[in-house]
Amino acid sequence: MDAIILQILNGLDKGSAYALIALGLTLIFGTLGVVNFAHGALFMIGAFCAVTVQRLLTLSFETVDPEKTDFLGQPLKVKTPYIESWFGPEVGTAIIDWAVPLAILLTIPVMLAIGYVMERGLIKHFYKRPHADQILVTFGLAIVLQEIVKYYFGANPIQTPAPDALTGVAQLMPGVVYPIWRIVYFCFAVLIIGGVFAFLQFTTFGMVVRAGMADRETVGLLGINIDKRFTIMFGIAAAVAGLAGVMYGPINAPNYHMGMDFLVLSFVVVVVGGMGSLPGAVLAGFLLGILESFASTTWATTTIPGINQIIIYLVAIIILLTRPRGLMGRKGVME
Amino acid sequence: MSKNSVTRRGVLKSGAVAGAGVALPTIFTASSAAAFTNEPTGSSVTLGFNVPQTGPYADEGADELRAYELAVEHLNGGGDGGMMGTFSSKALQGNGILGKKVEYVTGDTQTKSDAARASAQSMIQKDGAIMITGGSSSGVAVAVQGLCQEAGVIFMAGLTHSNDTTGKDKKANGFRHFFNAYMSGAALAPVLAELYGDDRKAYHLTADYTWGWTQQESIAAATEALGWETVENVLTPLAATDFSSYIAPVLNSGADVLVLNHYGGNMVNSLTNAVQFGLREKQVNGKNFEIVVPLFSRLMARGAGENIKGILGSTNWHWSLQDEGTKAFVKSFGTKYGFPPSQAAHTCYAQTLLYADAVERAGSFNPCAVVEALEGFEFDGLGNGPTLYRAEDHQCFKDVLVVKGKENPTSEFDLLEVVQITPRAQVEYAPDHPMFAGGALGSCNSGA
Repeated sequence: MDAIILQILNGLDKGSAYALIALGLTLIFGTLGVVNFAHGALFMIGAFCAVTVQRLLTLSFETVDPEKTDFLGQPLKVKTPYIESWFGPEVGTAIIDWAVPLAILLTIPVMLAIGYVMERGLIKHFYKRPHADQILVTFGLAIVLQEIVKYYFGANPIQTPAPDALTGVAQLMPGVVYPIWRIVYFCFAVLIIGGVFAFLQFTTFGMVVRAGMADRETVGLLGINIDKRFTIMFGIAAAVAGLAGVMYGPINAPNYHMGMDFLVLSFVVVVVGGMGSLPGAVLAGFLLGILESFASTTWATTTIPGINQIIIYLVAIIILLTRPRGLMGRKGVME
Repeated sequence: MSKNSVTRRGVLKSGAVAGAGVALPTIFTASSAAAFTNEPTGSSVTLGFNVPQTGPYADEGADELRAYELAVEHLNGGGDGGMMGTFSSKALQGNGILGKKVEYVTGDTQTKSDAARASAQSMIQKDGAIMITGGSSSGVAVAVQGLCQEAGVIFMAGLTHSNDTTGKDKKANGFRHFFNAYMSGAALAPVLAELYGDDRKAYHLTADYTWGWTQQESIAAATEALGWETVENVLTPLAATDFSSYIAPVLNSGADVLVLNHYGGNMVNSLTNAVQFGLREKQVNGKNFEIVVPLFSRLMARGAGENIKGILGSTNWHWSLQDEGTKAFVKSFGTKYGFPPSQAAHTCYAQTLLYADAVERAGSFNPCAVVEALEGFEFDGLGNGPTLYRAEDHQCFKDVLVVKGKENPTSEFDLLEVVQITPRAQVEYAPDHPMFAGGALGSCNSGA
């Protein structure tokens, strides 16, 4: 029983990341009709916002310790972060310790800006082109973005640890312990998803966007500049992917390739949930996360070898064959 | 009246026949003059450095390339000579190889077997490389080694740890300086038994490819021989990033040791996930739960950050060793690049010197002469103590380091501490050992 609860928790946790990325993907498809293969790269850039903040907070000056030597036998240069010398070691260390949550403050404006520039600078030129063209150009963009990140940060993973207060495990019930940061990540994902839904549901801006998603031409004929609102939605989708990335850093160390690792899975999530359906993306994200978790158990892999590697695609095939519009997709879309 | 029988068609025919007649001996001469593939005829010789310049091991590849550039500089008489001064063989004079200036071309393996073969082939056919070296994966090493065997050039493997490279996939033209999975198990198991006791239950997570399988087989056999029990071995996909689903079952499995047969990004992520799940603070069977990473590298340790502290593993070489060869190499590399070399850099540098030295001793670039010079070659002064290039499988036998993640590092490079230098005798095995069975070295191919 404990093992089942643990795998459900794992699934919800994996599903959080899938749902957040898929939410942005489907938001872009639903508003702009664009299949954005660069969305995984936005997730990766979000994670590297945490790396950047961590590096900024640990910018250091060097002092020479004559007592110790470095690997060449020269006096050892000891690095002290400026922040520790300005605020004292205790406060300075505490600020550095909270680098990941602090990075959220940088991530939101950076990702909004990247999303805006991406949409205005490149993607808007492909609205009327076939989906294949959109996929090619956004996939190319994803490769360019990840190579830029690799050039500046290297190919190795870079640790962005969670604050000390949020590391370790929590005893959820007798025999069931779970990492605190993963619980935080799940709660954070629920908060963001709830925020996006509330924004679309309860604000005038959201109402117009929803109307535009249903019938773009009519909204345009009413004199509303729907394009401008859709551009902002692209920025919001980018910010959601970025936030998913920045908080994911303590779970798995950011590396330049992490966006590609999530991209294909997130597309499957969107297809299973229904292209353009926001609740569908969230539901499918959590559902596939849980399925993937159970498929990775020893029992599953010994019963059906390799099931852990194919389960998501297997589900996608079944859904596409039996219900091509996805779990919650609109009738007629991608059918 | 004479009739002129010369026609335009006749001239063309005669010309074609005469042309073919003149060209034919040249074609034969061209092939018969070269005694072996890419025989150097000018004043220089070209080596092919095939390293991952893109992909997940690009940082390791960059360090390998730095080491190769340093080796070329030293072979051509530049710099401080590095380990050439401490190498037991004194055949190298700093005037290139056999008096020919050493030049090099590079290829990108991308850590993909097909890409690595394509870049090696291009360097051999287009650039005239006489020897191919480098790489950071066993899959790539096995693929390129096979290609070099067919092409008739020497392959000096870079970082490859699978038993198969000098086991079932060994080739006469291929040589490995790096240690292997069996040696890791043989060196690590006694230390594990000494520190953690001989009554332990181990749970293995294993990367699902050639290196992972041989690593798991080796470490399980070595620990079981000392009394440990292997309770489970779970194969994980190479593309896995989040290992939480694989770590969670460990919690209630009754195991008190987790062995991570992972390398690179897999290792960084699985170790991070294991630490997140509180395994290091866990008590099972009245003992502290322990995590073991059989193959360590400093570059990967840096990626794992704090999580690596106190974790035991093995490594081929470490810059903190105090022998003369290591000191010379670290000084040379550190002065040029500003940081100490990785084990990948060390093995690549050593391989370049070993190849050049073999050519000098053989007095020829002919691959078969080089094979003969390297087989059974005993040397010292290259950072690993007395070493043998065994003739039977072309595997180097030398001391193996058991290392531990350092608790209080003094710098960003000071991540591992050497726990024990396991003597060569303890990691030796018979050439027909079952873990290495199934292949034949064959005979050398010079491409003639």
